[in-house]
Amino acid sequence: MTQGTIFDIKKFAIHDGPGIRTTIFLKGCPMNCWWCHNPEGQRPEPESMAGGPGDTGPITVGALMSVGQVMAEIEKDLLFYDESGGGVTFSGGEPLLQPDFLAAVLAQCRRQGIHTALDTTGHAPADIMARIAPLVDLFLYDLKLLDDAHHRKYTGVSNDRLLANLRHLVRTGREVIIRFPLIPHINDTSDHLGKMKHFLQELGLRRIDLLPYHDIHRQKFHRLGHPDRLGDLAPPEADVIDRVKADLARDGFALTVGG
Amino acid sequence: MMNARIRNLRQQSLDARATLSAERALLVTRLLQSGRLAGEAVAIQRARVFQHILANQTLCIQPGELIVGERGPAPKATPTYPEICLHSLEDLEILNDRPKVPYASDAGMRQAYEEDIIPFWKGRTIRDHLFRQLPERWQAAYRAGVFTEFQEQRSPGHTVLGDKIYRRGFLDLKQDIAETAAALDFYNDPQALDKQEALQAMDIAADALIAFARRHARELTRLAAEETDPERAEELRRMAAICRKVPAHKPDTFWEALQYYWFVHVGVITELNPWDAFNPGRLDQHLYPFYRHETDAGTLTEERARELLQAFWIKFNNHPAPPKVGVTAKESNTYVDFALINTGGVNADGADAVNDLSYLILDVVEEMRLLQPSAMVQISKKNPDRFLKRALHIVKTGFGQPSIFNTDAIVQELVRQGKSIADARNGGASGCVESGAFGKECYILTGYFNLPKILELTLNDGVDPQTGERIGPDTGKAAAFTGFDDLFEAFERQLAYFVDIKILGNNIIERINAKYMPVPFLSLLIDDCIANGTDYNAGGARYNTSYIQGVGLGTVTDSLSSLKYNVFDRKLLSMPEMLRRLAEDFREAEALRRRLGEETPRYGNDDDRADDILRRVFEAYYRAINGRPNTKGGVHRINLLPTTVHVYFGSKLGATPDGRRSGTPLSEGISPVQGADRQGPTAVLKSAAKIDHVRTGGTLLNQKFLPHILADDTGIERLAQLVRTYFRMDGHHIQFNVVDAETLRKAQKDPEAHRDLIVRVAGYSDYFVDLTPELQEEIIRRTAHEGR
Repeated sequence: MTQGTIFDIKKFAIHDGPGIRTTIFLKGCPMNCWWCHNPEGQRPEPESMAGGPGDTGPITVGALMSVGQVMAEIEKDLLFYDESGGGVTFSGGEPLLQPDFLAAVLAQCRRQGIHTALDTTGHAPADIMARIAPLVDLFLYDLKLLDDAHHRKYTGVSNDRLLANLRHLVRTGREVIIRFPLIPHINDTSDHLGKMKHFLQELGLRRIDLLPYHDIHRQKFHRLGHPDRLGDLAPPEADVIDRVKADLARDGFALTVGG
Repeated sequence: MMNARIRNLRQQSLDARATLSAERALLVTRLLQSGRLAGEAVAIQRARVFQHILANQTLCIQPGELIVGERGPAPKATPTYPEICLHSLEDLEILNDRPKVPYASDAGMRQAYEEDIIPFWKGRTIRDHLFRQLPERWQAAYRAGVFTEFQEQRSPGHTVLGDKIYRRGFLDLKQDIAETAAALDFYNDPQALDKQEALQAMDIAADALIAFARRHARELTRLAAEETDPERAEELRRMAAICRKVPAHKPDTFWEALQYYWFVHVGVITELNPWDAFNPGRLDQHLYPFYRHETDAGTLTEERARELLQAFWIKFNNHPAPPKVGVTAKESNTYVDFALINTGGVNADGADAVNDLSYLILDVVEEMRLLQPSAMVQISKKNPDRFLKRALHIVKTGFGQPSIFNTDAIVQELVRQGKSIADARNGGASGCVESGAFGKECYILTGYFNLPKILELTLNDGVDPQTGERIGPDTGKAAAFTGFDDLFEAFERQLAYFVDIKILGNNIIERINAKYMPVPFLSLLIDDCIANGTDYNAGGARYNTSYIQGVGLGTVTDSLSSLKYNVFDRKLLSMPEMLRRLAEDFREAEALRRRLGEETPRYGNDDDRADDILRRVFEAYYRAINGRPNTKGGVHRINLLPTTVHVYFGSKLGATPDGRRSGTPLSEGISPVQGADRQGPTAVLKSAAKIDHVRTGGTLLNQKFLPHILADDTGIERLAQLVRTYFRMDGHHIQFNVVDAETLRKAQKDPEAHRDLIVRVAGYSDYFVDLTPELQEEIIRRTAHEGR
């Protein structure tokens, strides 16, 4: 029986694709971004995280679940998906790190007519992407930095694979929304924005979710004992967000802020 | 948009202090003292009392007013009703002095009470009758907090006006009375003489209101003659003409219709102090023909209609609820008298009834932001999303209105109860959430019923552990229960015993009201009292329903679930140990208390382990009550709502097996225990929909959201879809509490009780209590910044 390692299931997710959704968070990620919002999703195996506010004591993050168990959770909210044009979103971590499990759940959703979205870094072997892609209705595709050296520095991996995979998805006619985390001083420069616009225009991608960086990761980093390399970087001010929004919109991109 | 006139009137209403007025009580007392009514039938006496008040009370017409008529001599001057219950001098003092929800009274009021009112009424009020006749086992259960009694200080009300007054004047009603009277068969109908009296009383009451309106007409004419502003003078003359016309004749204009309703409203709340106050019901339906006709003809503009509605809204706000007797300084109570104006829904044919006026009324609700009247929207599957979203845009502003009701569920509920499909579709919800066939039903809420208290009595073999008094039957020692089914069977037996007592009490109280406190004026208004020649309080209405409102569904479900899971299934602790921990209020067992709260399967998480128990409790409560006859030819039904009684009931209850501490509030309505739902709103709605709402007369579900979730159109859209899905599952009602900074501060201080509070963070949503202190601060600042 195929099992997956899941670290959270969120109902009434309304920022992870169309309609009312259930978001399944799969544990394990090949990247370790400096600004990661879900650092507890990075390691592939269940782990202990120190207690949060209110001192609830350490908690275990992540649990093994069968396809049937995950489907049972997904199916609980069928009526909400029906009414809202919603469905299920797989997020993480990086869901493509658990391809067998992911494929099994996606196939079940496809059989039941449940809309699926994959929130992915895209950093996966091409064959895995090719195997998963036909089972997915919508890709929420992270695009962080186009400069490979920068990408290596801030995420720990090269962007070769994810760019190639993105081209492949576009070529095969998959529906893609770009998710762009806006990190002050790192990827909000006009130079980088220009490169990104150029790249996306070439691919014919128009839809972007702008995700302004937030410093809530910091507490979780601390609880997990991870180093915090961003220091006290402040979230982007409203005027910076507006500037980037206007910049992208001017060139014909369809933007939402905050997914 | 409010013009200067409305701004002034609104501000006056907001600034007016609630006071008590002895005028009504003195008029009633002196009339009865005079002996002039001696020898008259009770019904005739009540009609004469009503007539006497309306003929003699001080009229109040405020500068700039467009709709006239006050219950007291000034806005928020609140009369007392010594026929029903008698305030003591101490009551008056406490009401005057208490910091929250005070009612000021002056030395004159106290003197009138001391010299006239108290000496005359002491021992003679309905409340005195009631407590003399109710058996000791009822009173023991009442004292223990097993149930409350609505009619103990208020007269039976709980009804809503239909469309009758918009089609017929009181002269037409008098004609109806004459026709019924002429057809009485004194040879074959032994009740014919009673009916003759009831009809005569209704006829007197009709004359009384016509005369009251004409007193206003004369006063308006006088004011017009004195008025220096020619525009206002003309307005006053028009108002005088309106008051000469309605309620004697049917209204022909929007303005006349509103003024007519308002006279009727004042009549109902002057005759007695019915709970809930009174209510025009489907206002957008009733007024639309006038609105449409006049706007088409060019005699009414949208702006004028808006202004008249705003003036109408202010009249409700001028009428706080009559205060209780036997109050303690601690009790805060409320000024709200539960008039709930319905908009939307379907018409008698079942078609979408949303019209231009529905939207205009929502504009007025949003602009006026008054405590009273409350407003709700009925949402049928046939109503457009646009209407629901308009309502949600107001909800988002955070003052809790309008609440949202499922028309299709209400219609099913009413039809299941035996109402005609047309009567059901013309109905709606009143008070908090109660379904009714408007204009045709007497649906009395008789009292709240404390379900967790029944469990406490079950665990203690019928003895109330708070007092040591045996008040329930012997259903066996809890330690001897061999499994959950034993426990539940004992619970059902305790439940049946106390339901029997409550129903016995209801029958006694209904009989007292039928015999001693008929309401001829209210009877004029509700079909088929005239046609039946029978008073509203004696079963004259077309439909007669008595409700007993179950409270604490979440607490009792979680407590039973805890016993099943922790004691019987996994044997975390023995029954004797659980009982000891409860008796000790978990003293020195904080870790256990938390474990019980956290590890027990709990209602509100779409978890069938808990929700199956919920269904079982619901079915037991339903079986114990539904269909049992009342004294008016109708039956008892259940509904599930608490108002604020979950706090009082909690204060009468020791610690519960779900980890709830002694004396703390119960869950409210059908909402999960505060903080027990951890899977988000879809799971709450799924759990709540597992009871069969269609077999109730109303359920109440509260949901908390932060303004950020509703910040953009997508948020509103998702919320609308959430509502639609709940309604697809036959959910009866939902209201959204869009929380403010103050609530968030409380959540910081007491995270355990606020675990279900969802906040929008940055591109995603999370539980507020899970956020870092800094982020919490940031969100609080955002909220405060947004203001109210």
